Amino acid sequence: MNTNDAVILRVENVSKRFGGLLALDRVTLSVKQGEIFGIIGPNGAGKTTLFNVINGVYPPTEGRIFFRGEDVTNLPPYELARRGLARTFQVVRPLGELTVRENVIAGACFGREHLPLEKAERIADEMIEFVGLGARKEMLASKLNVAQKKRLELARALAARPIVLLLDEVLAGLNPHEISDMLTVIRQIREQGITILMIEHLMHAIMNLSDRVFVLDYGAQIAEGTPQEVSNNPRVIEAYLGDPDVARRFLEGTV
Amino acid sequence: MHTLKSPFFWIVLIVLSALAALPVLTNSTAMREDMFLILMLMILASSINIIMGYTGYVSFGHIVFFGLGGYVAFFLTREFQVHFVLAALVGGICASTIAFLIGLPVLRLRGAYFALATIGINEAFRAFFTNFEPWGGSVGMFFNIAVYDAYGGAKNAGQLAYYAMVGLALVTVATSFLIKKSRFGLGLMAIREDQDAAMVLGVHPARYKVITYTISAFFPAMAGAIFFFKNGLIEPGPAFELHRSIEALVMVMLGGYGTVTGPIVGAIVYERLRGFLITDPTLSNAHLVIAGVMLLLIVLFMTAGVVGWVRQRVPALRRYLE
Repeated sequence: MNTNDAVILRVENVSKRFGGLLALDRVTLSVKQGEIFGIIGPNGAGKTTLFNVINGVYPPTEGRIFFRGEDVTNLPPYELARRGLARTFQVVRPLGELTVRENVIAGACFGREHLPLEKAERIADEMIEFVGLGARKEMLASKLNVAQKKRLELARALAARPIVLLLDEVLAGLNPHEISDMLTVIRQIREQGITILMIEHLMHAIMNLSDRVFVLDYGAQIAEGTPQEVSNNPRVIEAYLGDPDVARRFLEGTV
Repeated sequence: MHTLKSPFFWIVLIVLSALAALPVLTNSTAMREDMFLILMLMILASSINIIMGYTGYVSFGHIVFFGLGGYVAFFLTREFQVHFVLAALVGGICASTIAFLIGLPVLRLRGAYFALATIGINEAFRAFFTNFEPWGGSVGMFFNIAVYDAYGGAKNAGQLAYYAMVGLALVTVATSFLIKKSRFGLGLMAIREDQDAAMVLGVHPARYKVITYTISAFFPAMAGAIFFFKNGLIEPGPAFELHRSIEALVMVMLGGYGTVTGPIVGAIVYERLRGFLITDPTLSNAHLVIAGVMLLLIVLFMTAGVVGWVRQRVPALRRYLE
């Protein structure tokens, strides 16, 4: 656990309304430098919307977002990318007709360091090796399988040399072997000093990885704390399943 | 700039120069006329490819810039005896300025809406010039034969226009190459593949698209200027002829959407084929029908075009063949 307590990302009273639907309801959270901050919640709880608001895909209806002390509330995604925020998508979005390498080069070119091509190529090659796609570098991104596409997204986000990385269900759709590989990769990313916010449905994974966990239900915060605290919180248990006993086993990852 | 170190870049430019030199070396006027047209279409197709093939925005009415550049330059040469190359440059700058202004709102549209809007723009300019009496209205403008005296007579002017077209084609192809292999080009292709993902990666789509549209308007405008200078006559019909736009799209698709050499191959093959059809008495009226059928076949069975198909079949070539 990182002892540096500097807040790197702060979401303050953020709400997001789509027509009559209140997708986020006055959400407040602070992410500290170097931690892995897990976000969980039932389907439709507003997790991905929260990511979209944080990285500028949607402007929030109300509230403010601070990144490294700067108010970034209504900035578009490309401005946030330049400031060091990178993300992966829940539904993978590879640039299909470009090669794996070109995808990752794009990440490096337009990310925080805004590198010229030659340097971006070097970093891209490093990142591709790091996520284990070295053998598929020249393949078209559309030809990869799901697990490989997830790795590609990760490499592309990392190539931007982000300060904060948003991971939206990078483990979904992977088999147990691929999951354990991915968990190793995520731990290594954290060791490089990158702060990680991750949305995940796989409880045992997020409970093992996260320093702190934040729980959303119907767009509102219902709990926040260490994995231990959260999994014992009655409101979380209720939100998830209703049956306290089953829920506890579920949250502890024994189901 | 690693493009300049790429042997393929130089091979393409050298082959193109050699082709362009053929009619001059053999002193064949007929061949020169053919080549003049092929180069012009190559410029049109390559320019459309920059906005359509790299960026994913189908500019159906791209011929509007050809007409605009033609009109502006023609007027300058006719009224003020401005040298035709300078006039063409001014025409190019005017067309680019208009593209920049139109691009800001129009490039917000996606897919078919953008394509339709570009047709509308072309038709609007055609209607404007048809009714703009100071520039000849529906009859257009023509040169007094004395205009060519400054260039050593009409015959010589034709030769000069040819050289200008060759130079412009080389510059267009080189620009297309440089864009494709640059960081800017990678940003365009990211927009083509997924604009929202590109934006999250850090690409500023609106800025990238407007710059690209502005560049892609410049070359057709200069081509139009050179073409109508040599022609000696400009009318709204031939200047804003939508079917030439469509033919240029066919060339891009035929040669290979998004590749540098695709539009070059497409322009040569299409123009040779059209030349053959037009001279054949039974097929002469059917060349547009054949263009349509060809487009259909490409879209259905060979989406990547000739160059794209080769790239897919021989992955080893992918690094070199752009």
